[in-house]
Amino acid sequence: MEMPEPDPSILKRKPEIIRRLKDILSADAVISDLSETRAYECDALVAYRCPPMAVVLPATTQEVSDVLMLCHEMGVPVVPRGSGTSLAGGALPTRDCVILGVARLNGVLETDYENRFIRVQSGRTNLSVTGAVEDEGFFYAPDPSSQLACAIAGNIAMNSGGAHCLKYGVTTNNLMGVTMVLMDGTITEIGGAYLDAAGLDLLGLICGSEGQLGVVTEATLRILRKPEGARPVLIGFDNNEVAGACVSDIIKAGVLPVAIEFMDRPCIRATEAFAGAGYPDCEALLIVEVEGSDAEIDEQLGIILEIARRHNPVELRESTSAEESAKIWLGRKSAFGAMGQINDYMCLDGTIPVSQLPYVLRRIGEMSREFGLDVGNVFHAGDGNMHPLILYDANKSGDLELCEDFGAEILKLCVEVGGCLTGEHGVGIEKRDLMSHQYAPEDLEIQMAVKDVFDPQWLLNPAKVFPLTSSQSRRVA
Amino acid sequence: MISPESETALASIIKTSRTPFKVQGGGTRPIGTTSATSILSTSGLKGVELYEPGALTIVAKAGTPLAEVEHVLAAEGQRLAFEPMDHRGLLGTDGTPTIGGVVAGNVSGPRRIQVGACRDFLLGVRFVDGQGNIVKNGGRVMKNVTGYDLVKLMAGSFGTLGVLTEVSLKVLPKPKSTGVLLLEGLSDEQAIQALSKALGSPFDVSGAVHVTKGLDGSPVTMIRLEGFENSVEYRADKLGKLLDQFGNFSLETDADKTAAGWKWVRDVVPFQGREGDIWRLSVKPTDAPGVVDSLGDTEALYDWGGGLVWLFVPKNSKISASDIRHAVSHVGGHATLIRGNAETQTFQPLPETLEVLQAGLRRQFDPQGLFNPGLMGAKK
Repeated sequence: MEMPEPDPSILKRKPEIIRRLKDILSADAVISDLSETRAYECDALVAYRCPPMAVVLPATTQEVSDVLMLCHEMGVPVVPRGSGTSLAGGALPTRDCVILGVARLNGVLETDYENRFIRVQSGRTNLSVTGAVEDEGFFYAPDPSSQLACAIAGNIAMNSGGAHCLKYGVTTNNLMGVTMVLMDGTITEIGGAYLDAAGLDLLGLICGSEGQLGVVTEATLRILRKPEGARPVLIGFDNNEVAGACVSDIIKAGVLPVAIEFMDRPCIRATEAFAGAGYPDCEALLIVEVEGSDAEIDEQLGIILEIARRHNPVELRESTSAEESAKIWLGRKSAFGAMGQINDYMCLDGTIPVSQLPYVLRRIGEMSREFGLDVGNVFHAGDGNMHPLILYDANKSGDLELCEDFGAEILKLCVEVGGCLTGEHGVGIEKRDLMSHQYAPEDLEIQMAVKDVFDPQWLLNPAKVFPLTSSQSRRVA
Repeated sequence: MISPESETALASIIKTSRTPFKVQGGGTRPIGTTSATSILSTSGLKGVELYEPGALTIVAKAGTPLAEVEHVLAAEGQRLAFEPMDHRGLLGTDGTPTIGGVVAGNVSGPRRIQVGACRDFLLGVRFVDGQGNIVKNGGRVMKNVTGYDLVKLMAGSFGTLGVLTEVSLKVLPKPKSTGVLLLEGLSDEQAIQALSKALGSPFDVSGAVHVTKGLDGSPVTMIRLEGFENSVEYRADKLGKLLDQFGNFSLETDADKTAAGWKWVRDVVPFQGREGDIWRLSVKPTDAPGVVDSLGDTEALYDWGGGLVWLFVPKNSKISASDIRHAVSHVGGHATLIRGNAETQTFQPLPETLEVLQAGLRRQFDPQGLFNPGLMGAKK
């Protein structure tokens, strides 16, 4: 993956830049020693690393503003960083950049159960937002699988999703307001504790802009009351196509499960070997979860099971206790770990129209044989958000490149059938150069024109999202 | 009126035009004013392009009548869950509402409180920008973070950034039954407290409304539940108990009556055909009664649990636009003039920084200022 060459004129001024950063922040909030910046060399896309020039950890919105104003004045690129759990390289540094980490901004500013929102600083982790309100029976809905570690700032930057977004939506559907600092240091507020902010939907624009338009320091988030209960069923099929048809029939029947998860045979076998959840050895497995009171759950599951039976499942497993529910989820939740135990893997998240599921799975199987790399599929079937896990050996020369080529072919396939390159992880550097497969030059031009408004010098996270050749003239201008 | 019948024809009109346009779909929602007089309508771009009930997605050209979209969905037991209102009664317009107009205005009804606004269901757009380029963003899948989300930006931009040519939307199944809990006589404060309590319960409320003057003149509070019949009954029972401190809610489950009642709310029927200004206030629900009370002689319809206030200001009232704007910005929120004096700025003035960003975006999308000049944000 190509990154732009660092600007030698910036590297030359490193001592001055560090000194001036130390003038505005406390001594322990500026890190420039190579041994200490190591922790910031990569995010969860670990195949790519680069030491930043410096890391700053401001503790207030004002400090974030001071840092950005200084970097703006000195022409230094800034890469914002939440918890560094991006799978797409969204927080990958360049040698001439300052990493702006929001980890110290982790407080809860306001909780309001009557009006159903919470206001937090953006470095707070996703799960701890729910942690702050669960005693009152509330939760924050978006639940990316990294939720124990990932920060709200990163969730907003990438518009993170999760397993339950079929019912509750992704970050953008649960974000009511932000305090954001622009690259020139201007502090601005958009939206708040009310619905639908005034003027153009800048909140919707910022969410998912991968830290290229501003640095969010505070967020107002919608919180919801927890349902009375939830219960999954497990359904096994000997055919992907039939499993896909079953998903479509469930949706058409008017039941809206909170989650419909899908695993294919390679993934089922890997997780069985790893976690021993007692999954049947079949071609395709669905986990469907519904919510409500016991009686409501019974009624919805009754409909789902009736539909499933019409498709001749090889296995139908209803949960009758919390332990059984946990066991049904166990394999799904260990899927990534299980694949990781077999080998290194690359996880993609292309999204496809649900109707294309069987075709896409068949093509991935064929490509897997062509490339000679194994792949397991586990994904959010209700919304077509795939997660092919391609296994490769990082120590084997050429394997990573082969895996990336395979991944690129899968993503192009997703676009071809009417889907997109990324459903919830973001573009980052990983899918940057594939953007031209999904978007025509005019489509990309107008997106870049949006960045011109917020960050005319292209200093914020500049080498991400857009193909380097497309953004070249703006980045060096 | 110019109403091209293809996207390419539209693009070439824009490419060669030197005079600004008043951009519209069916012209049934004339909210705000523009100095442009030449009408550019998308009503010639018609047709549902794709509908996959099993994937909950529909793609339609922007000028497709809303009624046609709703009809196609109803045949499969589905619907636009965000419940777009029909503005014709309130604004005294006629014509055919289009799906593109719904998107351009981010038009969202009572169910917004549960499922989200139009923008939350919008999966993709195609539009022509001010230079005549055909642009696409998003797509037809439910999860998509590929590049910037211009889809949200286009929703509610009132035709100021580009002319929509095609939209794709997520749809939802229509529930089997509806139940409405009703209670008369609550004060505004009590009603909002009750609605907050209901919305903060696990019972999946899909509508939460209080009207200061119901059909018979007394205040009425309404809570809607939708789903399978047993589930609606169960939740109505639970909610009734949860809210018993406010009085005895009655339950209406007749399909026609409940549908008519929520259409009455959705289309703001109580304020239709009356002389006066109509405002739409977006505030924190518990701030709403205070804002309304501070203004004095008005009538209010509280939707979204109080988060949306439809405010009727009678003709010759002493309440000015700035009184309303001041009351709203004092607590946080914004006010839009939906019907009233054309001299009054329609949308809430934004803080300087946001105004600059908004103007900057408009310049990028429409450098010559061809689309709805004077509408939204632009200073007088």
